[in-house]
Amino acid sequence: MTADKPAASPFEASGLTVAWGGRPVLWNVDLTLPARGMSAVVGPNGAGKSTLVKAALGLAPVLTGQVRLLGEPAARVRRRIAYMPQRNSVDWDFPVSARDVAAMGLYGRVGWFRRLGKRHLDAADTALERVGLADFRHRQIGRLSGGQQQRVFLARALAQQAELLLLDEPFSGIDAASEAAMLGVLAELEREGRHVVCIHHDLGTVAAYFDHVTVLNAVVVASGRPAEALAEDTLRRAYDASGLKPRAVAA
Amino acid sequence: MSLFWQVDFPALLAAGLASGLCALLGNFLVLRRESLLGDAIAHAVLPGIVGGFMLAGALAAPAMLGGALAAALVAAGAIQIVRRLGRIEPGAAMGAVFTVMFAAGVFMLEQAAARNLHIDADCVLYGQLEDILWLDAPDIWALPREVWVLAGVFAVAAAAVFLLAKEVKLAVFDPAFAAALGFRPGLVHLGLVLFVAAAAIASFEAVGSILVIAMLICPPAAARLITDEYRTQILLSVALGTGSAFAGYGLAGFGPALLGADWSLNAAGCIASVAGLAVAAAAVFGPRRLSFAGAAASLGRG
Repeated sequence: MTADKPAASPFEASGLTVAWGGRPVLWNVDLTLPARGMSAVVGPNGAGKSTLVKAALGLAPVLTGQVRLLGEPAARVRRRIAYMPQRNSVDWDFPVSARDVAAMGLYGRVGWFRRLGKRHLDAADTALERVGLADFRHRQIGRLSGGQQQRVFLARALAQQAELLLLDEPFSGIDAASEAAMLGVLAELEREGRHVVCIHHDLGTVAAYFDHVTVLNAVVVASGRPAEALAEDTLRRAYDASGLKPRAVAA
Repeated sequence: MSLFWQVDFPALLAAGLASGLCALLGNFLVLRRESLLGDAIAHAVLPGIVGGFMLAGALAAPAMLGGALAAALVAAGAIQIVRRLGRIEPGAAMGAVFTVMFAAGVFMLEQAAARNLHIDADCVLYGQLEDILWLDAPDIWALPREVWVLAGVFAVAAAAVFLLAKEVKLAVFDPAFAAALGFRPGLVHLGLVLFVAAAAIASFEAVGSILVIAMLICPPAAARLITDEYRTQILLSVALGTGSAFAGYGLAGFGPALLGADWSLNAAGCIASVAGLAVAAAAVFGPRRLSFAGAAASLGRG
């Protein structure tokens, strides 16, 4: 996989400014994530973490700047990227099974109008097996626990066989067993040479789980190895109410 | 030919097609948790229909269809604008837009009536199911125009739902993921708005807007209480919609007679009531029925 290629950054933002409804959410963000190791983006609520990922995928209104994924604009490498949105972004009462959702990861490869074949369903089952949900594949997604729902989302991303995985709070609101299972799968992916970027909410685990941390609050407050990026003064600057805020930066 | 083929059969066909069509499209509104949007579109197309009618002078279907589609797009756009600028919840934005547009439609309707054109408010609300006749039965080409229009819209909508099955499912379930894969969930949503508008205008002449609104929501809502499977959900709601049409039509025509009365009921009203009863029955007896204990518990949890 990408391990043999020259170490192009999987995620490279330059001069990125994004605004929702006239209010800047990200301000002149320059960020280059390393080619190796698992990366995390942390920051307080409303810091623009999800927006950063959405802007990279072309799902947010970018005012200036750009993001290159795997060294290319996102539109050219969609098939090589897997996106896992936040769990609360969908209606879990929707009448689909775990396997239906995992198979959605293959829709891009199958293409417009075509239908899924048996090999696609097998690939979905394999992905579910990898996250430990083989026995739940026919279950309606609303009847799964929060952790199992997150694992179904991860299975959908796995089914894409992507080189870069962008995961929005994969460990949010889940049980310890699911967290361990998902972390194991992500570590495996990283060893296979795939790039893993997570938005993470828990400062207590970020240093243990990730090799690279970016502290975001509208601007990049710090970015580097956990020990450096998570220094007390950077965290205070990012999380303190009197710290950097979009309006303060804009003024 | 017997009276059944000349009077009841074309009415049953029109009611069944209209109900099945609306039930099919209503699924995606219910699954998007935007049921009110169907209500909004069915009301908001009125000024477009009347406007097209006034311009064309006679009951010119293309002008009315064009007017209705334009009105639906205006409504969808206006709902977004009111929602963004007013920073209010989607239901309030929809309610504000569709009542204003419907009121404008009623006003235009009165103007049209004053100019002695053949269109009136009763026709829009209740339809004219009893006036759909197949006088030259069994000549299939002599089937009334309303039936052909409904059959055409139904065929196109069913083909779109079948061919774009996975794109529609993904766009409704997880638009952000769909967009990340390179699909166009916005286009799917726009197509849904246009199809609902087309279904509303194709249906309104025959069955009226009340039945359109009932059929967009009741059959999919009932199916939602019965099944957890996507394909079953869609097929079942079409079956429930069509079944309600047949049962309601029969009830309207023969129900009062069974009680010894010599009058009959409004067919569209009866059909909508049967669809409502189907939801109630599904809520009480369906496999995913509402549990009063569960509802009380979730209320208790706050």
